[in-house]
Amino acid sequence: MGPLVDPFLDNEFMLRALVAGCLVALACAVVGTFVVLRGLAFIGDALAHGVLPGIAGALLLGLPGIGGALVGAGVMIGGVTLVRRRSRLSGDTAIGLLFVGMLALGVVMVSRSESFTGDLTRILFGEVLGISWSDIALQGAATVAVAAVAAVCARPFLMLSFDRDQTQVAGFSAELYDWLMLGMVAVTVVVSFQTVGTLLVFGMLVAPPATAALAARRIGAMMALAAAIGVVSVAAGLLLSYHYDLAAGATIVLVEVAIFFAALTAQGVRRPARVATA
Amino acid sequence: MTAGGAVRAEGLAVGYDGRAVVDDVSFALEPGQALAVLGTNGSGKSTLVKTLVGLLPPIAGDARVLGEGPGASPARVAYLGQVSPSGFVLPLRAADVVAMGRFAARGLLGRMRADDWRLVAAGLARMGVSGIAGAPLESLSGGQRQRVHIAQALAWRADLLVLDEPTAGLDVAGRELLSVALAAERARGAAVVMCTHDISDALAADRALLLSRRVVANGPPAEVLTREAVMETFGLVLSELPGGHELAMDPVHRHDGHGH
Repeated sequence: MGPLVDPFLDNEFMLRALVAGCLVALACAVVGTFVVLRGLAFIGDALAHGVLPGIAGALLLGLPGIGGALVGAGVMIGGVTLVRRRSRLSGDTAIGLLFVGMLALGVVMVSRSESFTGDLTRILFGEVLGISWSDIALQGAATVAVAAVAAVCARPFLMLSFDRDQTQVAGFSAELYDWLMLGMVAVTVVVSFQTVGTLLVFGMLVAPPATAALAARRIGAMMALAAAIGVVSVAAGLLLSYHYDLAAGATIVLVEVAIFFAALTAQGVRRPARVATA
Repeated sequence: MTAGGAVRAEGLAVGYDGRAVVDDVSFALEPGQALAVLGTNGSGKSTLVKTLVGLLPPIAGDARVLGEGPGASPARVAYLGQVSPSGFVLPLRAADVVAMGRFAARGLLGRMRADDWRLVAAGLARMGVSGIAGAPLESLSGGQRQRVHIAQALAWRADLLVLDEPTAGLDVAGRELLSVALAAERARGAAVVMCTHDISDALAADRALLLSRRVVANGPPAEVLTREAVMETFGLVLSELPGGHELAMDPVHRHDGHGH
C-alpha cells in the first residue's frame, strides 16, 4: 500500500490535490452526464476556452480570476444565444465563432503583459498541487450546488435529453432548463479552473460520463459510474505524477481518456460499438 | 366535461416566424371525439398540432384547448411528436420513458404515487410492451420504441391526446393495439387529435381535416374523403383504400370491412 497511500499522507499538498480533484470529478460526473446525453460537448469546450479573457481581464485589473471567469462564461453563453437567434446560423457555428473570438481575445490580452506568460499556463492547465483549503471550500460549495440543482431539476433535465418539445408540453420551460443546464456547465468550468485549468476541465467533463455511457443502462447509474471513474482517475493521475514527476492535471485527464478507450475496446470485443459521442 | 369543448379553432393560421404554413383553420372537437389531420409531408399537419399544444404561437385567429389557451394545462394534454431518429440512444429503460408521461401531473418535485405507477404499467400493457418494461431502450426495435412512446402518451391520462403520426413504424398488431387504446381513451371522455397520411386511420375518426398547405376539406370523413379532396391532398388518385374501402362519391364504409 505504501506507494499508493503514503504520498497523500506524507504531503499535505498531495492530500489537498486529492480532495480538490475528487470534488471536481464529482461535479463533472453530474454535469458531464447531461453534457454527453444532450450533445453539449462543443459548448462545454467553448465555455472552457471562453473564460480565458475573463480571467485575464480580472488578473490585469488585480481582481480574483474566478470573478472574471464567471463574466467570461456569461458573455460566451449570451453571445451564442444572440448569434443563434439573430442569424439563423446553427448553434455549432455560433459556438465556434464565440469560441475562437474569446480565445483570441484572451491571448491578445495576455500578450499585453510579459508577466502573464506563467499565468496563462496556470489558467489553461491549472495548479492542482498548489490548491489551498479555501479553494477547496469554494470547489466543495460549487459541487454541492451543482448536485442540488441536478437533483431538483432531474425531471425536466431528463425530459430535455429525451425530447425538447415534450418537455415544454409537460409544463417545464425548455428555455429555462436549457439555461440552468448551461449555467451548471459554466459554474463547473469556472470553479474548476484553479484545479485542473480551463483546458483540462473539459476532459473531466466529457471523458468519465462518455465511458459510463458505454455501460450504463440508467442515467443515475451513468452518473455514479462517471463519478467513480473520475475519482479513481484523480487518485491514479496524482500518484503517477508524483512518482514519475509528470504534470498532475494533465496526467489525471490522460488517465480518464485512456480508461474511455480501454472501455471502448473492451466493449468492441463483446458487441458492436454504439455511438456515444455528443 | 369541459366548457367550450375539447378543442376550438377559429380562423386559425399556423406557421413559423410569422409566416403562415396553413391558414383559416376552423373546427370544433368535443370530448370523446377524434380528429384525423391528413396530409403529405410538409402539408402543415405538424405545424397545426404544435400550435394546439402551445409549442408555436398562433399567427392569426384563435385556438382554445380544453377551454384555455394552448399550453395552459400541461397535465391535461398529452403530446407525442414525431420521433426523430438519433444516433445516440439514452441509457433508459422502457418503463423510465413511460414514467415521463406522469411528470406533467407530478411537476418538478411531486412524488410519484402508486396511482402513477399503475398508469405507467397500464400504458405498457395496453401497447403490449409490459414484457420489455425493464429492457434498455437501445435494445428495442424502432417499432417497439414507438409502442413505448405511445404508452407514455397513454400514461399521461390526459383529456386531450395529440399524436403526430403515431402509427409510423408500427406493425399490424401495434396499430390494432393503438386503435383499441384510443377507443378506450375516447370512451372515458378524452379527445384525440391525430396526424396521419393514412386514409384508413381517418375513417375511424369523427372528423377529418385534409391539409395541403391550405384546408382542402374539413368535416365527417364519410363526407369529406372524396376523390377530388384526396387527389388534391396527396397528389394522386387511389382507386381503393388499404382496408378495402372505396373512396367517397362511392359510399365510404367506416369500419375495417372484412365483409367488404
